[in-house]
Amino acid sequence: MISQLLPIIRKEFRQIRRDRKVLAILTVVPAMLLLLNGYALNFDVRNITMAVYDGEKSSQSRELISSFITAGYFEYTEHLTDYTAAQSMIDEGKVKLVIVIPPDFSRQNMTGRPSSVQLLVDGMDANAATTIIGYAQAVVQQYSQTIILENLTRVGKKSYIPVSYEARIWYNPEMKSAYFLVPGLIAFILAITGVVATALSIVKEKERNTIEQIDVSPVTPLGLILGKMVPYALISLVAAALVLIAAYFLFGVVVKGSYILLFFSTLLFICAALGQGLLVSTISDSQQVAFQIATLISMLPTMILSGFMFPISSMPLFLQILSNITPAKFYLVIMRSIVLKGVGIEAFWDQLLYLSIFIVIVVTVSVKRFKQRTV
Amino acid sequence: MNAIEVRGLTKRFGQFTAVDHIDFDVKQGEIFGFLGANGAGKSTTIRMLCGLLSSTEGTARVGGFDINTDPHSVKQSIGYMSQKFSLYEDLTVEENIDFFGRVYGITESALKERKAWVLDIANLHGREKSITGTLSGGWKQRLALGCAVLHRPRIVFLDEPTSGVDPVMRRKFWELINELSADGVTVLVTTHFLEEAEYCNDIILINAGKIIASGSPKELKRDHIKHPILEVHCSDVVRAMERIEEEPWAVETSIFGTTIHVNVENEQQGRDAITSLLHRNGITVNGIERITPSLEDVFIYLLEHGGGKG
Repeated sequence: MISQLLPIIRKEFRQIRRDRKVLAILTVVPAMLLLLNGYALNFDVRNITMAVYDGEKSSQSRELISSFITAGYFEYTEHLTDYTAAQSMIDEGKVKLVIVIPPDFSRQNMTGRPSSVQLLVDGMDANAATTIIGYAQAVVQQYSQTIILENLTRVGKKSYIPVSYEARIWYNPEMKSAYFLVPGLIAFILAITGVVATALSIVKEKERNTIEQIDVSPVTPLGLILGKMVPYALISLVAAALVLIAAYFLFGVVVKGSYILLFFSTLLFICAALGQGLLVSTISDSQQVAFQIATLISMLPTMILSGFMFPISSMPLFLQILSNITPAKFYLVIMRSIVLKGVGIEAFWDQLLYLSIFIVIVVTVSVKRFKQRTV
Repeated sequence: MNAIEVRGLTKRFGQFTAVDHIDFDVKQGEIFGFLGANGAGKSTTIRMLCGLLSSTEGTARVGGFDINTDPHSVKQSIGYMSQKFSLYEDLTVEENIDFFGRVYGITESALKERKAWVLDIANLHGREKSITGTLSGGWKQRLALGCAVLHRPRIVFLDEPTSGVDPVMRRKFWELINELSADGVTVLVTTHFLEEAEYCNDIILINAGKIIASGSPKELKRDHIKHPILEVHCSDVVRAMERIEEEPWAVETSIFGTTIHVNVENEQQGRDAITSLLHRNGITVNGIERITPSLEDVFIYLLEHGGGKG
């Protein structure tokens, strides 16, 4: 068995070196995906363009405006002299937020009645809009509190805010999207390279008929499969390491947990991806079809169902069940635990177990199908 | 002991029976020709014997091993060359030889010697580092044969080895097959070039999954062609053939290029009848001669008369 494995592994490396398509999938694609996704996939809402219609132009109204500016999230780009211009500002996408301060803004306050400001928010991107309203709310509340305190002090009463809170965000205190996304990105990249490269390499043997010469030789189907998986597993590991290094230099992501655990979990995930690739190779006879099926089953579920971008807990039940078809779901929990939390195996041993079960099922089914070719 | 023994071997694909209860024996060291039209069941049979395809019914022993119960031992003792080129086109000549040598577990020192031999027979010395895909058809075929017999198998299966190869290369290829046979290797070869079948020690002809004739080329000609064959050279071949076919004394008529082959009951009577018939129809006769039948004559006869086991 081992004596057959070595020549196959050696041959496979030679072929990878000469096949530009596979070489590109294994090297250029991961680099490109990291760059594209790393920079473009950004859930942080910053630099919110803001226009202000100040109907009063009092010191109070200017104070409110300046508290928006100093909050750090807003960029004061337009000053409106006409209330009707507000709509066109948002229509034309020039600003995301318009603050409308009524002409009686401070007068209402002085007479002891509540005054209100209008916030017009561009709701085209619902997630961003929610975040913008959240920020604006915080600013307005802060401002109201200062006024309450000032008023009370003026009438000679000492006062305090009854409940205050102090939020501490663990694992990712700066709330950088990159920290959250890079583990998912590694899973995404490994899924694509692993599944696509394995599927292509086996289907190529079918397409070019070279598999027949292997079939009449003493090489067993399992020997051929292992001989093909070992090189791709090694290359995928190197790709994973490169992505981690790049993530450190580009986005400052540091692995908090154990590298050994990271290595073995990643190896396990790679096995799952290679198993999927093997399965794809048993259902397609041409490289073109294999490529399409492989990208489809690796890319879409990893992107949408794994929790990479959308939390699984907020999906409808049937999607939650369906999410088990992607091994990235389990790997992601493991990766985030190791990279972000720095916790040990006790926090994710169950995920390792699920991942192992996934591998056993996929590999068993595909080896069986692979052997059935000769019937 | 026979190198190959086939008993009641059958392969069905759904309703279609590709190979229908065939029996034959191949003697040690002989060149055994497996003939038939495309789709007759030649490749299916070979693929079953090599363990590439499982049989639906029946069995066979190859090199003494049962193909159904001990396919692994069968694989160790055979060499196989596919109809479609199946070496790695993106590897170099040398890398292909090394790969297959190691897969069969040939020791490095033996491999070195075998590699020199393959380069020798394929005439590829100096081109070891060429990418295999850049070689032309004839070279590829010979390299493929070399790789198929690298591990010195006692039995070699060659499936249409000379299709798509020019006549000169084909001739050289058959010299290689003869050399193998001289070394005691059993060669089972499929072909649809009937002139190649003349090189075989024994032949079977297969049609629609059944064996319709078997024997040495000499036996086949003797057993199936009982009538003299006259080769007629004349002016209007097609019209001449139509006229002759209508006559009761013409047992079998077929066109061979610019001539007509006519099987007749009696040589002299046949000559006279053909001459006068064509003369009456205004066709110029340039010559009539008796020929020794070729395998092509035999097979046309067998296929048109529905065969019957030989």
